[in-house]
Amino acid sequence: MKVAKDLVAASATPMVLGILAEGESYGYAILRRINELSGGELDWTEGLLYPLLHRLERLGHLESSWQAVAGERKRKYYRVTDRGLAELAEQRRQWDTVVGALKEIWHDRAPLTVRPLEGLA
Amino acid sequence: MTAHEGPQELETQFEQWRQYVLRRRELQPVDADELEDHLRGSVDELVAAGLSPDEAFLVAVKRMGSLDDLSREFAREHSERLWKQLVLTGDSGSPVGGTRSRRDLWVMLGCAAGAVASVKVPALFGLSFADDGSFYARNFTLFALPWLAAYLAWRRGARRAVIAALAVLFVLGAVAANAYPLADDSQSVVVTSIHLPIALWLVVGLAYVADDWRSSRRRMDFIRFTGEWFIYLVLMALGGGVLSAFLFNTFAAIGIVPEAFISQWLLPGGAAAAVVVAGWLVEAKQSVVENIAPVLTRLFTPLFTAALLAFLVAVVWTSHGIDVEREALLLFDLLLVVVLGLLLYSLSARDPLAPPGPFDKLQLALVVSALAIDVLVLLEITGRITDEYGGTPNRAAALGENVILLVNLAWSAWLLLSFIRRRTPFATLERWQTGYLPVYAAWAWIVVLVFPPLFSFA
Repeated sequence: MKVAKDLVAASATPMVLGILAEGESYGYAILRRINELSGGELDWTEGLLYPLLHRLERLGHLESSWQAVAGERKRKYYRVTDRGLAELAEQRRQWDTVVGALKEIWHDRAPLTVRPLEGLA
Repeated sequence: MTAHEGPQELETQFEQWRQYVLRRRELQPVDADELEDHLRGSVDELVAAGLSPDEAFLVAVKRMGSLDDLSREFAREHSERLWKQLVLTGDSGSPVGGTRSRRDLWVMLGCAAGAVASVKVPALFGLSFADDGSFYARNFTLFALPWLAAYLAWRRGARRAVIAALAVLFVLGAVAANAYPLADDSQSVVVTSIHLPIALWLVVGLAYVADDWRSSRRRMDFIRFTGEWFIYLVLMALGGGVLSAFLFNTFAAIGIVPEAFISQWLLPGGAAAAVVVAGWLVEAKQSVVENIAPVLTRLFTPLFTAALLAFLVAVVWTSHGIDVEREALLLFDLLLVVVLGLLLYSLSARDPLAPPGPFDKLQLALVVSALAIDVLVLLEITGRITDEYGGTPNRAAALGENVILLVNLAWSAWLLLSFIRRRTPFATLERWQTGYLPVYAAWAWIVVLVFPPLFSFA
């Protein structure tokens, strides 16, 4: 199963903000963490992650700093700001609504066992 | 592979990858840093999982996906990077470039201030704009251009000999403008005021090519510089006009009329400073913004060709001779100058190795029709100059220019034709144009220095 691109894009902001709300982190670790949380099902590219981080930084949801690690290597760490936390809370309310509604619809119903598209493929 | 060699090799690979990333305009050094750290994280993990550094690097790069996709995504967030910005104090990414261009800025400001001061110095000796208009008209370029030349000579690190030559030429210009006893209403004053700027501008050209004045490429750079400089100057003049209008009207609204300030200080000082600032802008943005003169050339070459052809057809159709009035020769000189400009600026932007294309044919048509018109005009005029009016400095200068431009364009047309027929390389045409620059300079100096005594200061 692959999560559709649109859904990945839509959920990217709350996911990044949520991960950074746990503590400051950097690009590669964020990607690892998303992979881990979704059991490898969410396929994020660097082209999605870094521009998103830069956008959130520009909007003031994140702030960043370069820190030296292991000798000459430097790494850009991102931290969520108060603004970012507020944004996260807002996004979370919206997602709760969506998820709640979907749960209502699917309430009591067993997951679909028929795969209607498979016949066509 | 020894244990020591592995990391070494890996570092080289990282360095190569980094260079590759930096070639993308959307990706800046900070992004490259961030992505490199990402790549290193990925490699470390793969190495820990048991891959060799080489394999780990390959896999990690592959995982990152194509740079095309990556830079496209970056471009979406950082679209401003595709609009190259002119940063006044250099590239923030490179500290070396930063200090250099900051110093550049200060030298430029010094030269601009010098130009403004030069404009106001004669006022100390009682020469006012109102009463000595002719003095200022003759000398204006002498106030501003030496400062532009100084700035350029400084930038090029000109040798002493070149600096001395520049100084001598400017002094010669000052002598030509002021030593002859020319009446304010004489023709010679007008002729000198027109030709001195041309002569002095080519002196600025000498400063521009100070590092290698024989090189055809450098001279072509000066032609490019001239086009861009002129466009910047026009833009600044527009801005200056808006500024003056606001200044005048807002102060007038509170009962203060700043007319004297605007006409005595703002406009002359601003114009002198703009001459230097425009030169600095062209130098600073050389590699940043696409040249605009060639773009305008591309737009107007077809239009001018159509206009000239229409004119030729109309002349033949109506069989109406060209009415050669007093100013006619000047008008047709200007026409040749425009055609030459169109030719020069499309040459300046052309890839010398590209094969001849439709645009070259269009240019040939433009040049040939301009030549045809000019020959018609010359036929009309030659008889009259000799007997009817006799020689005056105005007419002699205009005729001389016409001949110089005619020779240039005729040979250009020939070279263009051979180029289109693939007989000569494009570079010949370019060298012809750049080699011709001294001819303009020589003629301008002759007009300025020799004409007044020759025509007994008429």
